[in-house]
Amino acid sequence: MSELIFDKSKAGRRCAVIPCRDVAAVCVPERYRREVKAELPEVSEIDLVRHYTNLSRKSYGVDNGFYPLGSCTMKYNPKINEDAAELKGFTDIHPLQPESAVQGCLEVMHTLSEYLCEITGMEAMTLQPAAGAHGEFTALSMIKAYLLDRGETSRTKLIVPDSAHGTNPASANMCGFTVVNIPSTADGIVDIDALKNAVGGDTAALMLTNPNTVGKFEKNIEIIEKTVHDAGGLLYYDGANLNAVMGVARPGDMGFDAVHLNLHKTFATPHGGGGPGSGPVGCKAFLAKYLPNPVVKSENGIFSFERPEKSIGMSKSFFGNFLVCVKALAYIMTLGAEGIREAAENAVLNANYLQESLRGTYDIPFDGPCMHEFVVSLERLKRDTGITASDIAKGLIDRGMHPPTMYFPLVVHEALMLEPTETESRETLDSAAAALKDAIAAAYDNPQSLRDAPVSTPVGRPDETAAVRNPVLKA
Amino acid sequence: MSYIPNTPDERLDMLAAIGKREIGELFECIPSSLRLDELKLPGAKTEFEVIDKLSEIAGKNTVFKTCFRGAGAYRHFIPSAVKRLAAREEFVTAYTPYQAEMSQGVLQTIFEYQSVICRLTGMDVSNAGVYDGAHAAAEAAAMFKDRKRSKTVVSSAVRPMTLETIRTYCASAGSELAVVPTKDGVTDLEALAKAVDDKTASVYIEQPNYFGIVEDAEKTADVVHAAGAKLVVGCEPISLALLKTPAESGADAAVGEGQPLGMPLSFGGPYLGFMAVKSADMRKLPGRIVGKTSDSKGRDAYVLTLQAREQHIRREKSSSSICSNEALCALTAVIYCAAMGKEGLCDVADHCLSKARYAAEKIAAVKGFSLRFNGFFFNEFVTRCPVRSSVIMDALEKEGILGGLPVVIDGEECILWCVTEVNTRDEIDNLSNILQEAVK
Repeated sequence: MSELIFDKSKAGRRCAVIPCRDVAAVCVPERYRREVKAELPEVSEIDLVRHYTNLSRKSYGVDNGFYPLGSCTMKYNPKINEDAAELKGFTDIHPLQPESAVQGCLEVMHTLSEYLCEITGMEAMTLQPAAGAHGEFTALSMIKAYLLDRGETSRTKLIVPDSAHGTNPASANMCGFTVVNIPSTADGIVDIDALKNAVGGDTAALMLTNPNTVGKFEKNIEIIEKTVHDAGGLLYYDGANLNAVMGVARPGDMGFDAVHLNLHKTFATPHGGGGPGSGPVGCKAFLAKYLPNPVVKSENGIFSFERPEKSIGMSKSFFGNFLVCVKALAYIMTLGAEGIREAAENAVLNANYLQESLRGTYDIPFDGPCMHEFVVSLERLKRDTGITASDIAKGLIDRGMHPPTMYFPLVVHEALMLEPTETESRETLDSAAAALKDAIAAAYDNPQSLRDAPVSTPVGRPDETAAVRNPVLKA
Repeated sequence: MSYIPNTPDERLDMLAAIGKREIGELFECIPSSLRLDELKLPGAKTEFEVIDKLSEIAGKNTVFKTCFRGAGAYRHFIPSAVKRLAAREEFVTAYTPYQAEMSQGVLQTIFEYQSVICRLTGMDVSNAGVYDGAHAAAEAAAMFKDRKRSKTVVSSAVRPMTLETIRTYCASAGSELAVVPTKDGVTDLEALAKAVDDKTASVYIEQPNYFGIVEDAEKTADVVHAAGAKLVVGCEPISLALLKTPAESGADAAVGEGQPLGMPLSFGGPYLGFMAVKSADMRKLPGRIVGKTSDSKGRDAYVLTLQAREQHIRREKSSSSICSNEALCALTAVIYCAAMGKEGLCDVADHCLSKARYAAEKIAAVKGFSLRFNGFFFNEFVTRCPVRSSVIMDALEKEGILGGLPVVIDGEECILWCVTEVNTRDEIDNLSNILQEAVK
């Protein structure tokens, strides 16, 4: 059944047909003409529908079951948000229509920006970035422009904890910064001494995820803030884990100068198998003039675009992944102020409940209450049985759930990172805990069953080495 | 409504199970000075109220019955099957397919997408897509930079937003950008030859360009390659059904805006950036790539591959930080291409080409609206505008028509028109009548 759509092609079959051409044909001059037609599939509509319906059945989303993929916030994606994003008054709007003809779109952008400012404690917002990493690039570009503007050309170093997402150092590199990695303490938080040693006249900024990637709130955040700001550096907040604290605490109040959010995590817009996401960037007032072009302003109830005075320019075409923004706005409207806080509280409750359920079976390297996610280590299991974090993950697939994030953060060996989110019921958490414990039992009783896992899927483990050695990347 | 299934009683039971009495205890790690009293946001609304309010807001936008505007975003016919299939919840609510065994469906669609992009562009290797066409151009510029060559050269005949995006990326990286002037609506190849030097990593042109004109990509490739640089061509995907492929023209990379392949206008996003290169540059390509391999039983299996290029492995050595992409848009694009098919996509391109020519003749026949450039064009073209363009736009808007985009070229007021298969001959005739009335 793994036939490609190309394999189903039969010459002469048609699916979509457009009306007959009602004007004279124009020929492409030979010097501009392609030699042979592109070999696109020729299929009927039912061929097409069955092919992609069957492929959808070989996929797994939040709608199929539990998806505790740490750091990814795979919460339920409410259906009303999809309906809102399908309104003709949003989908059929050309991005270059005159401002008078897009007042609704601008209202969506302005309202969402204001809500996100309130949630983050920031003073200005852009919705242009298309994803979290794109938000990082955008915000770091703004920080770079700000520093250059002030003549602080010696501030070339970006401090990044070793537990950070890979996108942080990569975005820093794209912006020409030198990355300084600092270690975490045994508690999994920023090592204050290491931070104090790292900051100085060459510090551009610290990039920090808070709660961090091991699910701990940086309890020394006030010291961190003072250390970096006293050295003349800025603080950048990676909003990947905002779901733990929204409505409870705000990055702006913690002293962060800029922040990116992931609407496709925290604000319940679907991940789409990898995207589209949306990575708005918020900042304090002193950075607002560097925001990407354009921003939306409101005057006497009329919305318009404006280029910030010292804008870094555009980070992509147009105004961002607008329909994703519509979904996020619908979500915030539905939750309201109280619901947002309730979501964070229950995300943290669910994570702690699951962590507690696994205590004794799984080693928890950074013990104590967690925020919205936690990390377990299977280093001891591997030593005792030879079974790896990957084997357990594959065994979990056979036990009916999506595995947690594997081998991240890098500071924990044989790591599994679990983020249940607030939208899972107690029964789901209980059955996941049972599956997680059952997999550990199998590591001792029947390790081969884990090495052979998964067996319940259309294919077993792909040969990744062969895929790299002999790349087959197209048909 | 916060979509939390557990009842208040269940929450209390769960708190008890972890030895806590109230939820606040879980947040004690946050310094009390940082704890927020309450968010200043409106209260919760029901589903009914939310959709009502958003419908009202959407109603403040104008949905034009007829559209003659492109300039980077295009209105095309989208078959119902494309919308329905791409909205399958298993696709929509999945994450990036890290767990290959339970994600074969998503992985196979990406493999098919890569194949379609290679077949359209003639290139060897496609990634799984990036944010949009402008971003693809910026990523391509970054991809070809190395220690010896870090300068990017861009034709001024590209879409202004693409140029601005490349400029942002170059400025942040601290690398040089040179912009080459146009001559008669196409890239000035003599000026290009002077701008490309031994520091130049790549040159970027668009095909067709911003003014709708088809560039001489082959000659451009010769000029670029003579200086040892790479040529990146930003192409319009539907035109590729008829026009010479970037590969046939000698380009080293083909990028572009995938929105015409089944994505609605959506006020500018989400769209899709496509990127494809020759085999030799496979490992320079940013973003996700899916490969075909097999499992231990010899069954075909798809998997994310060549990950040594990516940010989660290379970290600060990576030239791109892209992680989330536009996967659902890439899925839409491949379903659209399969729905239109080998002949259907040619039909769409043929309609665009033929109707644009018909429209250009009709508009140019109106006094003062002559064609600004003479070159061969696909579905966009520039005419002069004998009166203030706002007069024309207002006259059209009254009839439910979004006119072409007003542009100023060398101080002269002009209009950039776009015609696709959804525009009928009647609409075009009507357009020319309104123009005639407007300039009387």
